[in-house]
Amino acid sequence: MSEKEEESRIGVFVCSCGSNIGGLVDVKALAEYAKTLPNVVFTEDNLYTCSETGLAQIKNGIKEHNLNRIIVASCTPRTHEPLFRNCVEDEGVNEYLFNFVNIRDQLTWVHQKQPEEAFEKAKDVIRMGVAKAAKLEALENITVDATATALVIGGGVSGMTAALSLAYQGFETHLVEREKELGGRIKTLYKLFPNDQEANILLENLKKNVDNSKNLTVYTSAQVKTIEGFIGNFEVEIEQDGKKFDLNIGVVLVAVGSSLFTPNGMFGYDGKIRITQHELEDKLKNNEIKSKDVVMIQCVGSRNDERAYCSNVCCMTALKNALIIKENNPETNITILFRDLYTPGTHYEDYYRRAREERIIFMEYNPEKEPQVEENQIKVYNEYLGEEMIIPYDLLVLSTPLVANNDNKALAQMLKVPLEENQFFLEAHVKLRPMDFATDGVFVCGSAKWPVDITESITQGYAAASRASTIISHDTIEVEGATSFLPDYNKNLCSGCEICVTVCPYKAIRKNEEDEIEITQVLCKGCGVCGATCTNHAIIIRHFTDAQIISEIYAFGGK
Amino acid sequence: MVENSKSVLIIGAGIAGIQAALDLGDMGIQVHLVEKQPCIGGRMAQLDKTFPTLDCSICILAPKLSECYRHQNITLHTLSEVDKIEGSIGNFTIDVLKHARYVKEDVCTNCGDCGNICPVRGISNFFDADLATQAAAQIAFPAAVPAAYRIDSKKCLYLNYGICGLCYQNCGADAIDLTQKDSILTLDNIGAVIVATGLDLAEDIHTLNIYGYQKYDNVITAMELERLICASGPQSGHLSRLTDGKHPHKIAFLQCIDSRTHNGQMYCSSVCCMYTTKEAMIAYEHNNELESYVFYIDMRAGGKGFQKFLKRGAEEYNIKYIKSKISHIEVDENDNPIITYEDYETSEIKKLTVDLVVLATCIIPSRGINKLADVLKIDLDHYDFVKTNPFLPMETSIDGIYTCGCAREPMDIPRSVAEASGAAARAAEVIKGG
Repeated sequence: MSEKEEESRIGVFVCSCGSNIGGLVDVKALAEYAKTLPNVVFTEDNLYTCSETGLAQIKNGIKEHNLNRIIVASCTPRTHEPLFRNCVEDEGVNEYLFNFVNIRDQLTWVHQKQPEEAFEKAKDVIRMGVAKAAKLEALENITVDATATALVIGGGVSGMTAALSLAYQGFETHLVEREKELGGRIKTLYKLFPNDQEANILLENLKKNVDNSKNLTVYTSAQVKTIEGFIGNFEVEIEQDGKKFDLNIGVVLVAVGSSLFTPNGMFGYDGKIRITQHELEDKLKNNEIKSKDVVMIQCVGSRNDERAYCSNVCCMTALKNALIIKENNPETNITILFRDLYTPGTHYEDYYRRAREERIIFMEYNPEKEPQVEENQIKVYNEYLGEEMIIPYDLLVLSTPLVANNDNKALAQMLKVPLEENQFFLEAHVKLRPMDFATDGVFVCGSAKWPVDITESITQGYAAASRASTIISHDTIEVEGATSFLPDYNKNLCSGCEICVTVCPYKAIRKNEEDEIEITQVLCKGCGVCGATCTNHAIIIRHFTDAQIISEIYAFGGK
Repeated sequence: MVENSKSVLIIGAGIAGIQAALDLGDMGIQVHLVEKQPCIGGRMAQLDKTFPTLDCSICILAPKLSECYRHQNITLHTLSEVDKIEGSIGNFTIDVLKHARYVKEDVCTNCGDCGNICPVRGISNFFDADLATQAAAQIAFPAAVPAAYRIDSKKCLYLNYGICGLCYQNCGADAIDLTQKDSILTLDNIGAVIVATGLDLAEDIHTLNIYGYQKYDNVITAMELERLICASGPQSGHLSRLTDGKHPHKIAFLQCIDSRTHNGQMYCSSVCCMYTTKEAMIAYEHNNELESYVFYIDMRAGGKGFQKFLKRGAEEYNIKYIKSKISHIEVDENDNPIITYEDYETSEIKKLTVDLVVLATCIIPSRGINKLADVLKIDLDHYDFVKTNPFLPMETSIDGIYTCGCAREPMDIPRSVAEASGAAARAAEVIKGG
């Protein structure tokens, strides 16, 4: 920190982002403007700075103009900062001497109707970025050792699949299941769509593989009590039958599945002749269904105000159970009342066609004119015919959604990961990081994340195993250097008030045995809350130091 | 990290192939990524935005393209195809046919001088859904990876008639090499193979002509709309009609085109309900007076946040969803399409005149899949997608050859990404498990 400041030679690259930025503001003019700013020795505008061409232009700029601070004014650091940091590192410039100026997400996209003001704002933020760049300090990433072990929480299909794959890859893996037996939801199923395989056979195969796997330790009737630590270095306490196990774990996989919804008070549900699909599975398994007229109602308790989502698996479940009933007794009349039949892809659509060929009747209902369930008949308004129809039944089956587990919140807090509005686990990015959490070293698969069928549970189990393997295949882990810290020379400033300990959302700060504030660098995400609340300015946020931020404010205010 | 002498070969560098390659590369496993196009990125690179977050597609993809290109464990083979395979799980030997680029990939600076001087024009650009043209010295799109031009050997005057050579003379970087030849690269010690060949789209004129496609210019496909509405596309993102350049105020989106029908593909294309809503939203963002009409059979929205997305479409983006069956389309004297349809809610036959019709054409298996399946000796299903077992979803009929993404069934991006990681895990088991 006390190194003699070298002369700043700043290069500014302004990206057009196709027309995302260039369509609203004149990027050439911005590049020209940047040239007039202090310490700036080179500027350029690019159509896509992130393209290989753009990156080559940055590298050439560094080489030819001896740049030691690089600014890219473009989209968003969220997706592109790592790319540009790597690029400047390739040319020997410390990655923390790169500064991102966001002129798309926070500028052209939000000021689309005010091009002139947007252009002025772009000048402001570039000027601020240049001022900060001059104050940037080189930082080193922090490297920690990683334990090559995995913990899988939940011994359903997804969790077993993930654990097996990790064990086959040679990693010591621990699988924790809170029930007496492995299996989860599949234990309660009879046959599986789309090929009517018996659930039990799939389960027994999985269990056999788990039993035979040499790297896999299974804890049934067990619970995860605490999880402390961070990526590569989790300390986990598991409790099984009153016994406690302490494990050093590198990565954690969440495969806790989902819960069933009981439709109390809906469509006359009574658990006897008005039952759920799930209760039907059990009756089918025991060959108890002798009904003549079966009616199924879809979207019971889902796609409504309380639970807006589609539960993904209920249409196929209904089709499967209807086909089993038909197979056992082709004379049974089966009517499925639905809103939108959800059978995406090749095999599921084939299955739907097969159900129609087997003379299962499909009738759409309008949620605003819900089917009326009477003692042994259902009145349903058929919009197509414009009239009410009466369908007799001796078995009514309600297709209810999978819902999030009640205790997801507790686990989420333990792992410091978020839940979405329906209390399912929320992944890092729904499109491109479907198995990752924003918290490093923690992954998710199966219905814990969103209702999925057996096929997708298996896929996701493997997928989470792959993502986890990318971490524990290495002996060390490197994390960002832009963290908060309490330098020795500031320790006398610390009053020991512990506000930082309270406010840190990542539990990275604690008071150690010497009664001193200690920050675990690898846990820190550099959010800056501690630094901002520290009453005596003892905590420094690297890469966002007071001097750096104040320089930006001056640059903004002092036109 | 343990060094592995065995590597994995991945066929297809769309988002699925890329994700599988990055996962394996990050595990320390060597990957050969084989792509038949001159650049990687696949279909996702062509899309404007993605549902349900409306992230700009190329913006979230581009970092992954670059990461693939720069990754020390990933070797890219563009313009390449798998020609022959021998051996078995744990030890395949594979011949890769590398087509000549006629441009030195590591020398080209992507300056575009060759494309500017090339006298052969009017070659349709696949990347822009054939709505834009390019020269014989070409690059699919500015952010393409690798960022290198290539010479279209079927159209180049020099390569076909021995005349011209202007690109060669004008290349400041000395990157043009018109003497390059197609070559065979033999890769041995391949532990596992992943087939991630993705999709094509049904654009067969015979099945689409009842909807007026290629008969009326104001009837376009969804992929064409993606390009027209994309900032990097042929209209620079200013959506206008191909007949008269007017901005459309009423767009009809027709679902299940050539899918869920005995006249075409019998299956559901899985992604159209969602991307249609996305396209209508983006079009609305370009023109807040836009009315969109979605003609559908079943609205299939089971993924995370999808129902909410549809609700947002209806409430905030002026999208009307009409459960219906299309009869036919004609046009009025101003080239405005007139849709005749049966409204399922009322069972009435109705007509609606719009400015533009967008067809949600069906995802079909990649056109080269039969040939590849013959080479690899893997089974295809009755629709020519790669055959898998529902409970071993990434396994093909040959041990050690895995699959993921739209190669095995139509699916959206998150599912393709998850399957790709899944296939990577299976391949890693082979390599690491020994």
